[in-house]
Amino acid sequence: MEYEAVIGLETHVQLKTLSKMWCGCANEFGAEPNTNVCPICLGMPGVLPVANEEALRLTALTGLLLNGRITPFAKFDRKNYFYPDASKNYQVTQYDQPSTLGGFVEFELNGGMGRVEITRAHLEEDVGKSTHFDRFSGVDFNRAGVPLLEIVSEPVITSPDMAYEYLNALKEILVYGGISDCDMEKGMVRCDVNISVRPVGQKELGAKIEIKNMNSFSGVRHALEYEIPRQIGVVSKGGKLSQETRRWDDVTGMTETMRSKEQAHDYRYFPEPDLMPFVPDEPYIASIKACVVELPLARKQRFMRDYQLPASDAQTFVWDVPLGGYFESAAKASKSPKAVANWVINNLRARLTETKTTLAEIKFPPAALAELIDLVDSGKISSRIAQDVFAEMFNTGEAPAVIVQKKGLLQVSDTGAIEKFCDEAIAANPKSAEDFRAGKVAALNFLKGQVMKLSKGKANTNLIGEILEKKLKA
Amino acid sequence: MAAVEIDVNYVAHLARLSLTPEETQRVSTQLGNILAFIDKLSEVDVSKVEPTAHAVPLVNVTRPDVVTGSLPTAEALRNAPTKANGLFVVPKIVE
Ligand SMILES: [Zn+2]
Repeated sequence: MEYEAVIGLETHVQLKTLSKMWCGCANEFGAEPNTNVCPICLGMPGVLPVANEEALRLTALTGLLLNGRITPFAKFDRKNYFYPDASKNYQVTQYDQPSTLGGFVEFELNGGMGRVEITRAHLEEDVGKSTHFDRFSGVDFNRAGVPLLEIVSEPVITSPDMAYEYLNALKEILVYGGISDCDMEKGMVRCDVNISVRPVGQKELGAKIEIKNMNSFSGVRHALEYEIPRQIGVVSKGGKLSQETRRWDDVTGMTETMRSKEQAHDYRYFPEPDLMPFVPDEPYIASIKACVVELPLARKQRFMRDYQLPASDAQTFVWDVPLGGYFESAAKASKSPKAVANWVINNLRARLTETKTTLAEIKFPPAALAELIDLVDSGKISSRIAQDVFAEMFNTGEAPAVIVQKKGLLQVSDTGAIEKFCDEAIAANPKSAEDFRAGKVAALNFLKGQVMKLSKGKANTNLIGEILEKKLKA
Repeated sequence: MAAVEIDVNYVAHLARLSLTPEETQRVSTQLGNILAFIDKLSEVDVSKVEPTAHAVPLVNVTRPDVVTGSLPTAEALRNAPTKANGLFVVPKIVE
């Protein structure tokens, strides 16, 4: 019998805010233990938490970036459990009325497209961080109360690769939208994986196994690569799986039981009495809509479609948004967007880095780059000279046409002049001429270079080749 | 009104309380009475009343995203039974 995997992911992402979710402590990674704590995030009795408006805004924006919707009424609930890293003995989360519902993420997958539907994205708080020692554990509450977004996918993922690509696409969107820095090294993204297997064609899901607290996307992929065959192995031999939580061990490359259904937590959710519901009005939702940026994949596809760019160039402009914006300004003024992309990526970007210049400090307007390319395309200057003109433009901000005129850089396409240079080059290098006639093609390139040198880089390259060959073969 | 059955031992475990048999008995009766009292609500027709999480008609209570400072670490750790290197020391967590 053939089996298939059914995978759903719960992805936790720390929001990019200055302060914590309910108090004015800094949301900051790497501070000395328990330096960013106060009575509220330490869970002292009698304190009053107040929701961080920026965290609510980022949550709503995430909903839209993931093609979902902002709900008209969201509230917070207490999820009750005892654990040393949760000082209040509950975690505040959104249980049945989250801030956002629905949506989907699209991504490239094995040369085609993949898509994962989103159930919801809700807002909650992070917990403290424990460090384990020989005979005891230590808890740092700096992380407690940091706004945490949980993005729940539908159980529609079918393979480890699909899970991996989905997570990368999700991360790209969140970084792009300014929702989170998603720094994996700093634990800003963590993932719970739900996985079951069933015979192909069967409707009911198999026993749900949860793998908790994965902190890398490659870890998720590896865990699934181990867990899917393990479950299929059990079921296909007539065994029975039961609902449990497992732990992934990066070192052994295996999962192991953490707790079974019998030991599962009973969280007794109830409405958080200290926090009021959130009811966004139309102007609020409109202001969030105004912050929706073009998603990375859509941008890549648009650059490939509208400017006929190869995927690698388009990807460069996805990762460097301002550079992409600059490219677009120049490309709109040009007939050769691909040439513009080459100049922007190969020349302009390099010059900016070398000279530590920002895009805003460039002395010439983007259209001047289009003009320069036009001079080359129309044969007015050679591509060799174009490099010099570009350097001059970069230094002075002068228009390319002005530089060409001032420095007399127009390409020489006058055959008489080029013939003269060719004669000189052949006369000065009889050995190379002899070599070429004897069949050494490389000798021609040397002679071409000599002619170009004599013309001070201004001779038309195609004409040099033609004339040289004609003369040498005569 | 039928008293509502409640598994006191289970609830006590969730709350990490250890009760003597006498306490279990007493709490059981008390909790039953409370639930019976609350059950009176089922006599009222609430079909036209929206469920609510809060009695106060207040929404959108938020604060600006501003760092306003924290406690000195020594102060934060003052009530901790055991502390070391700025950490709250707890029994070893194994799960
Ligand atoms: Zn605090």
